[in-house]
Amino acid sequence: MDITSDTHSQHISRQFNQELEELKTHLMTMGGLVENQVLEAVRALLEGDSRLAEKVRDRDRQVNDMQLKIDDECTRVLARRQPAASDLRLVLAVIRATADLERIGDEASKIARNALSLIESGTTVRGLVEVRHISEHVRKMLRDALTAFARFDTELALQVVREDEAVDDEYGSAMRSLMTFMMEDNRAIGPVLSVMWILRALERVGDHADNLAEYVIYLVKGLDIRHMDPDQIDEDALKRRG
Amino acid sequence: MPELPLSQPSQRSDASRLESGRPNSAGPIIDFAPDVSCLDVEGLSLAYGGKPALRDLTLRVPRHRVTAFIGPSGCGKSTLLRALNRLHDLNEAVSRQGSIRLEGQEIHAPEVAVDELRRRVGMVFQAPNPFPMSIYENVAFGLRLQGGLTRRRMNDIVEWALEAAALWDEVKDRLRASAWSLSIGQQQRLVIARTLAVRPEVLLLDEPASALDPISTLKIEELIRSLKSQLTLVLVTHNMQQAARVSDYTAFLHDGELVEYAPTASLFTNPRLARTENYITGRMA
Repeated sequence: MDITSDTHSQHISRQFNQELEELKTHLMTMGGLVENQVLEAVRALLEGDSRLAEKVRDRDRQVNDMQLKIDDECTRVLARRQPAASDLRLVLAVIRATADLERIGDEASKIARNALSLIESGTTVRGLVEVRHISEHVRKMLRDALTAFARFDTELALQVVREDEAVDDEYGSAMRSLMTFMMEDNRAIGPVLSVMWILRALERVGDHADNLAEYVIYLVKGLDIRHMDPDQIDEDALKRRG
Repeated sequence: MPELPLSQPSQRSDASRLESGRPNSAGPIIDFAPDVSCLDVEGLSLAYGGKPALRDLTLRVPRHRVTAFIGPSGCGKSTLLRALNRLHDLNEAVSRQGSIRLEGQEIHAPEVAVDELRRRVGMVFQAPNPFPMSIYENVAFGLRLQGGLTRRRMNDIVEWALEAAALWDEVKDRLRASAWSLSIGQQQRLVIARTLAVRPEVLLLDEPASALDPISTLKIEELIRSLKSQLTLVLVTHNMQQAARVSDYTAFLHDGELVEYAPTASLFTNPRLARTENYITGRMA
């Protein structure tokens, strides 16, 4: 059966309601934190703000700590409550989601480190238009995936899954134009490679947002669409289920 | 494991469902069809003094598997279990409609002898009820009733039954001691050995571990799993984790109706109906 975002507040045990609510709240807090990390890492690069880049790099530890904390809470719920059905799926989805959020945090920190070296080198950086464009795209995916998680919205989640292909295409074409820059001017190879790493990190953020959206569908529908081709996901089947 | 996605709800039309006065508009969800069924319950309704306890229930219990019946108090799960070896015969206030077939044979047919049916379909209750005699005599009791066994053969069967009930090692040196000298958990395994001694085809377990400590409970659960290669087991339990741990299939009953019947793994991770979900996750209906 389908569940809704308030399903988890209807247990006979109020304490259990509260524990599950806290898991969701903490996941959202962690989501907000990594979303901001990506935003500020890219801003540091675009604005040449090395202090901001350092801040992002150093804040990664906070993200890691949050992952450990939420995982620990999940372990305790599993041990004490032996959740079943949608409660079990929620706990599993949260555990998986924290792993992806932590990886997004790593990507943000990677972007910040590359931004720092670019800023310090003082060279003219090419490819920033592509960085801006793709970063906006993946940040929207991430935001939508988190909203879908908070609202148990499978339609929005499915949109995110479909969006990932568009990001992959944009990433491919950005890489091709950066290759051209490198061929035109071999002094640009170093900086362009850094930008390529940044683009690669952003593309990975999109992949993780895609994963988060898949967990939402698992959580709400009990349907595991990982490793499925987005075109093969049958919307009608999703609607019928439950 | 038979897991064909074949649904076989009761044959009634929507109109007749409304006539029966119950709001089960969708009918039960039955998420599998056993390859080989041991017990076939069809259209079973049962009432205590006119008060309905089971309403037009149809389900198949697969052979050599563990099937659990779960549901809130008063849902009819124990009533259904008791119907499977005609324990309700003793109660004149009980009226019944519908059929139950054991290996294809109607258990209410006039030619079926109740004591033979109960040998084939053994039952174990919540509180262990060993007889006031020795451990050995408890297990041999049913065999003596049957008669015709040599002492040696009897010894072999008693040992086999105690082995099968995972009790042999604990009692082999004191078979002549009173059954009441055993711990509650051991007594329950002794009762299972007594039931196994007459070689039943089905073992019905009504809350077999609810009076036991956690370690004894695990032993009983382990025993249930080990017995399914030899016989069909049906378990009634309030303990959902227990149903999830030991059973292959789970039927959720509510208000005398079958609500959902599915492979245990899918029922406990992704039930199809809200009523099932609410019950197994401990939510208010």
